This record gives sequence, structure tokens and C-alpha cells, in this order.
Amino acid sequence: MTLALYVPRASVVHRLPAGAKLLALAALSVLVFAVPTWPVVCGALATVLLVGLVAARLPAATLLRQARAVLWWLVGLFVLHWLLSDALTGAVTVLRLLALVLAAAVVTATTRVTEMVAVVERILRPLEGLGIRPARIGLVIAMTLRFIPLIAERADRIREAQAARGGSLRGLRALTTAVVPLLVQVLQLAHTVSEALDARGADDVPVRRGPRAA
Amino acid sequence: MKTKDLAYIALFAAITAVLGLVPAVQVGPVPITAQTLGVMLAGSILGARRGFLSQALFLVLVAIGLPLLASGAGGLAVFAGPTAGYLVSWPIAAFVVGLLTERFWSRYNLAWGVLANVVGGIVVIYLIGVPVLAAVANLSPKAAIVSGAVPFLIGDTIKAVVAAAIAVQVRRSYPVIERPQRAVAQL
Repeated sequence: MTLALYVPRASVVHRLPAGAKLLALAALSVLVFAVPTWPVVCGALATVLLVGLVAARLPAATLLRQARAVLWWLVGLFVLHWLLSDALTGAVTVLRLLALVLAAAVVTATTRVTEMVAVVERILRPLEGLGIRPARIGLVIAMTLRFIPLIAERADRIREAQAARGGSLRGLRALTTAVVPLLVQVLQLAHTVSEALDARGADDVPVRRGPRAA
Repeated sequence: MKTKDLAYIALFAAITAVLGLVPAVQVGPVPITAQTLGVMLAGSILGARRGFLSQALFLVLVAIGLPLLASGAGGLAVFAGPTAGYLVSWPIAAFVVGLLTERFWSRYNLAWGVLANVVGGIVVIYLIGVPVLAAVANLSPKAAIVSGAVPFLIGDTIKAVVAAAIAVQVRRSYPVIERPQRAVAQL
């Protein structure tokens, strides 16, 4: 399973620091909500498309996929506004949302996950006083990404074990025979992983690297 | 916070992600997904603090560009969309579920579990999700409630009961909120 929405390209937009792109995105959303007029919203949409398709050379399919996710919702919203108020307000609201969704998609497609993690660590640094250790973010993210396929794998194994005993996983009984055992298994697994990490000194040094294997 | 807590937090972020593989049913603007089951489970198995952090971590993973939401959505785009309020409410919902679960812990059973999940996992999510939907989509409060809350009540109630039933059994065999009495990590 490919786990990233990043689209590699050699472009100016890709090379921009992640923090700058996130700030630009925030500024854009403030702008289109503060000044919801025709020229501003259309200008924002055109700028986003120019930056995404021309400057960053992203394939149109990348942006289309994100637009399709909200398409029906946007159409419904437009109709609702048309019926309740007027078509112009509806069009501005819909185009504003479309511009923001596409802008966010451009930032996501042009920024590596590792760069985003670095930004998250930087944002969380002021919270260090509250007992949050930003340096551990990378470790926790690595653990999560390892757990996702692991849970799916354990679920398959339990399903096979039940099938071998002639049990079926239908209805409420599946809660007791499959879901609860699965949860207990993965909780024990998480505990074991944490012990393994502690044995390697994860609890006293701020860890920057994820576990090599779980 | 011990490494064990970090592992549990990572685990429940992963569980919410895996529940995203269950196909979502699109009803109007907001999809019905199995992922709020993960939110309720995080609160009722890990408690308030770790439940909150696990779902916050899940949102961080979505924001940095992993397609972990139901139907493979992800990236910053979802936080600009109409369902942003529902997403952002998840850590808070898990926190409230956890808080109530901890309060009920000594006499926790299906009924208390359902109560905690309904208050934290339904009321809190709607209280945050619906106003944001109304604001982002320029909808009247009534239209927002009709399109953003009513279609989900039945499904969410079922999820609250299922999550409570699971939590009751997990509490019996592997309690995380209370320190386990015996050494249990024998794999």
C-alpha cells in the first residue's frame, strides 16, 4: 500500500520550505473568508491552479482526485444556496471551498512527509514545558505506520484461525470471538514493542529515529 | 509519559486508520465511517489523556499527507473542507469519553460505557462538527443539523453500543486504564 500523497517533481514549489507553504496556505484561507467577493475568490482559484499545474508541474489527476472527493457536496451546496438565497452567493461559497481544498492538495503533493514531521516538531517545541517532547513525534509516527499493516495482518490471522475451527465471523458473536482477542493481542504487542524500545534506551534519550523492526 | 504509553497512543492512532479501510457510506456532505468507533475505543480503553493524544496523532498523520481517512482522503485539504469540524473534534471526543470512562471505572459496564460513548463520541462531535459545517458551507443552523447530524444518529448509536461492549470485555481481560495486576506481556 502506498502511504503518501506526495508527488515527486523537480520544481520551485517542491523546493520551498514546508513552513513557508503552510503559512501561504493559512494566509489564503484567511483571505478568502475575510473577503468573499467574486474577484478575490476567482483570483485565488486561478492562482492555486497556476501554482499547482504550471509551477509545481503536478499532474491534473492529482488535483482532480481531491476535487472529486468534495464534488457532490459542492454541487449540493450550490443548489441549496440557489434555492435559499441566490446563485451568486452559492457560486462564491463553492469556489472558495474548491480553492482551499486544491491549495491544501498542492501543499500536500509537493511536500515530503519527513519535512512535514520536522514542521510538526518545530510547532510543538513551545509546548515542551507541558511535558511534551517534540523529538519523540518521529518515533510515535514510525510506530503508528508500523502498527497499521500489523493490525490488518493480525486480523487476517484471527479470521483464518476461526475459519479453521468452523466458526463464522458474522453478527454480534464476532465481537467476542474476533474483535476483543484482536485488541488484546495488539495491546500486548504494543507493550512488548515499548519494552523492546526501553531496553534500547528509548525512555531516557530523546529518540529521533524510529524502530528498525517491530 | 512512558514508552508504553507512547506505544498505546500509536496503536490507537493506527486502529482509527485501519477502521478507515471499512468503506464509507456517503450521505450528503458528511460520510458515515467506522472511524468514530476508533475514537470511542481510544477513549474507553486508554482513558482521557492517552485517548486524546492518540486521536491528535492520527490527525497529525492525516495533515502531513497520509491518506488515512475513509475512502483514502488525507492531506491538508480535508481540514479546509466542510467536515473539518468533525475531524478536529475527534481528540476532544476521545478525551471526554476517556474522562467519563475513568469516572465510571470501578463500576464500568455496558450501560456506563454507552453513556460515556454517547456523551463524548456523539454529543461532543456534533457540537463541534455541525457549527463548523454551517460556517464553512454558509448554511443555516437548521440546514446544518439536517444534513450534518440527523443522518448519523442511528449509526453512531450502534457504534457507541459496540464500542462499549468491546471496552467492557477488554477491561476484563486487559485493563489499560488501571494498572494490570499481573504481568501480561507474554507473547
